[in-house]
Amino acid sequence: MKCLVTGSNVKVLGKAVHSLSRIGDELYLEPLEDGLSLRTVNSSRSAYACFLFAPLFFQQYQAATPGQDPLRCKILMKSFLSVFRSLAMLEKTVEKCCISLNGRSSRLVVQLYCKYGVRKTHNLSFQDCESLQAVFDPAVCPHVLCAPARVLGEAVLPFPPALAEVTLGIGRGHRIILRSYQEEADSTVKAMVTEMSIGGEDFQQLQAQEGVAITFCLKEFRGLLSFAESANLSLSIYFDGPGRPAIFAIKDSLLDGHFVLATLSEPDPHPQDLRAPELQQPAPQLQAHSTPHLDDFALDDIDSYMIAMETTVGSEGSRTLPSTSLSPGFQPHCSPGSHSEEEDDTEPSTVPGTPPPKKFRSLFFGSILAPAHSPQGPSPVLAEDSEGEG
Amino acid sequence: MKFRAKLVDAACLNNFTRVSNTIAKLAKTCTLRISPDKLNFILSDKVANGGVSMWCELEQENFFSEFQMEGVSAENNAIYLELTSENLSRALKTAQNARVLKIKLTNKHFPCLTVSIELLSVSSSSRVVTHDIPVKVIPRKLWKDLQEPTVPDADVSIYLPVLKTMKSIVEKMKNISNHLIIEANLNGELNLKIETELVCVTTHFKDLGNPPLASENASQYRNSEQMAEVHIDIRKLLQFLAGQQVNPTKATCSKFAF
Repeated sequence: MKCLVTGSNVKVLGKAVHSLSRIGDELYLEPLEDGLSLRTVNSSRSAYACFLFAPLFFQQYQAATPGQDPLRCKILMKSFLSVFRSLAMLEKTVEKCCISLNGRSSRLVVQLYCKYGVRKTHNLSFQDCESLQAVFDPAVCPHVLCAPARVLGEAVLPFPPALAEVTLGIGRGHRIILRSYQEEADSTVKAMVTEMSIGGEDFQQLQAQEGVAITFCLKEFRGLLSFAESANLSLSIYFDGPGRPAIFAIKDSLLDGHFVLATLSEPDPHPQDLRAPELQQPAPQLQAHSTPHLDDFALDDIDSYMIAMETTVGSEGSRTLPSTSLSPGFQPHCSPGSHSEEEDDTEPSTVPGTPPPKKFRSLFFGSILAPAHSPQGPSPVLAEDSEGEG
Repeated sequence: MKFRAKLVDAACLNNFTRVSNTIAKLAKTCTLRISPDKLNFILSDKVANGGVSMWCELEQENFFSEFQMEGVSAENNAIYLELTSENLSRALKTAQNARVLKIKLTNKHFPCLTVSIELLSVSSSSRVVTHDIPVKVIPRKLWKDLQEPTVPDADVSIYLPVLKTMKSIVEKMKNISNHLIIEANLNGELNLKIETELVCVTTHFKDLGNPPLASENASQYRNSEQMAEVHIDIRKLLQFLAGQQVNPTKATCSKFAF
């Protein structure tokens, strides 16, 4: 395999590697007929990312030496990233980048041709591997959102960088709502809840019903978002219901990128249904909407809370809601039977930087080569990655 | 118990944000007292090793275009809330391009201060950011600990030099010693001094001016040349100086005899 990238595309390639590094620790490089694919998956298998660079992206693209099978390899993300670590340096000094993989040598060679005749050669060791392929299809997702990356960038701006998960949904009046998600386990330390509401007019495509919502890892999403913002592309989000993976896609004539993230499957006892009324209020909801604000004090049920608090023993300020203030009409979400098998799914490993995987249903990855690992259909146990033989 | 306020002026919002940032730098949790004409931020850090304790008063009229509150009862027309100071400053940080900012006391599973921000947007549709800051309502019986501290009559009071200058000086001194000696007299002279075995460094300020002394009692420092001296922990002073985001018209340092 031999690929030559020139000019500003070197920085684009570098940015893509940075994005991928937010997801996984290993980079799967595979030269295909359609172009060079760079893929990664996180250790809990709850996030998959793939960039495909078309042959036209390169000044020269040779997937495989004639007569030979195309080679596939897996490299440590850290090693590959170190070549493209400084994007500023790439932009200023690198004129060409050549990536080559020779069947005989055991090294992936990345050469940076820089100004003033400087040539940097990186010999990265790799492992042979199976093709990493996630099973997903945007076409089967009933809901689609598409907006310029800039709009989505502004949408996530109010959220702290440390926030792990966010809920995205459609609220009243076709407004797109993003809300910070807190795991119930942390309810002793109450965190601030932030919600951002954007009008549907800012979106190029909005095909989703009011009330649908999914919760996914914001940190992983930011990886693709920053790439899309720098390339000034539109980002599409294909999703289904909670628990089904969400597909984030960008595309232009020379490349396309897909991030597939697992979404929270467990129904939330405090529903993240962004359309639902707040607990106490039978009246219209309080979150963002373009209708005149409901500033009537009657909606703030703090008085009944205060009364209850003042009368409790040792009134230090009880944190639990008195049950009298629950609206009688409130019904917690019922958990559909089909979700029960996934409830207990616990992933063995936790990777720092990705959310605790225990509630995320793992994506199913099929190995597309070995017939012994034929797809079993939706199942909580993913097919074993055959890298054990490496 | 109700509270609702609206802020529309950009300069007011800026000032309010800076006050909030200052508080966030000083302590993790603070008390917000809401009364009909004022907002107070109170930090009463009664830690044995000496922390920063602070009382900050804002005239609500200077900030909010609308302000309505109803306290716990008619006789006790105030609301005391405890909150994590960083939450408020983070919420206000997202209001850089706000058209309208509203703060409300609400109850969403637990008591919250809801900050709702309508952003200026280039597109036709409005964008709204809402933050629900969890608060703890402080019961009446604890209010007595959160009253305005009475400032005793000072022996010496002096106007401070530009805080930024003072901060950069104290920051350099921090590397040499843990304790700073502040000397001041009623003649507008202030010295910042550190003393170690090897070295002694003093920075002198002159012509600073002194606020009029309230006390009629004969202070031993009436002799205006004589310096009153205090030793303080440098890091605590730096914590205070570093947090200052509000540019004061006057900052006064007073020494009291206990």
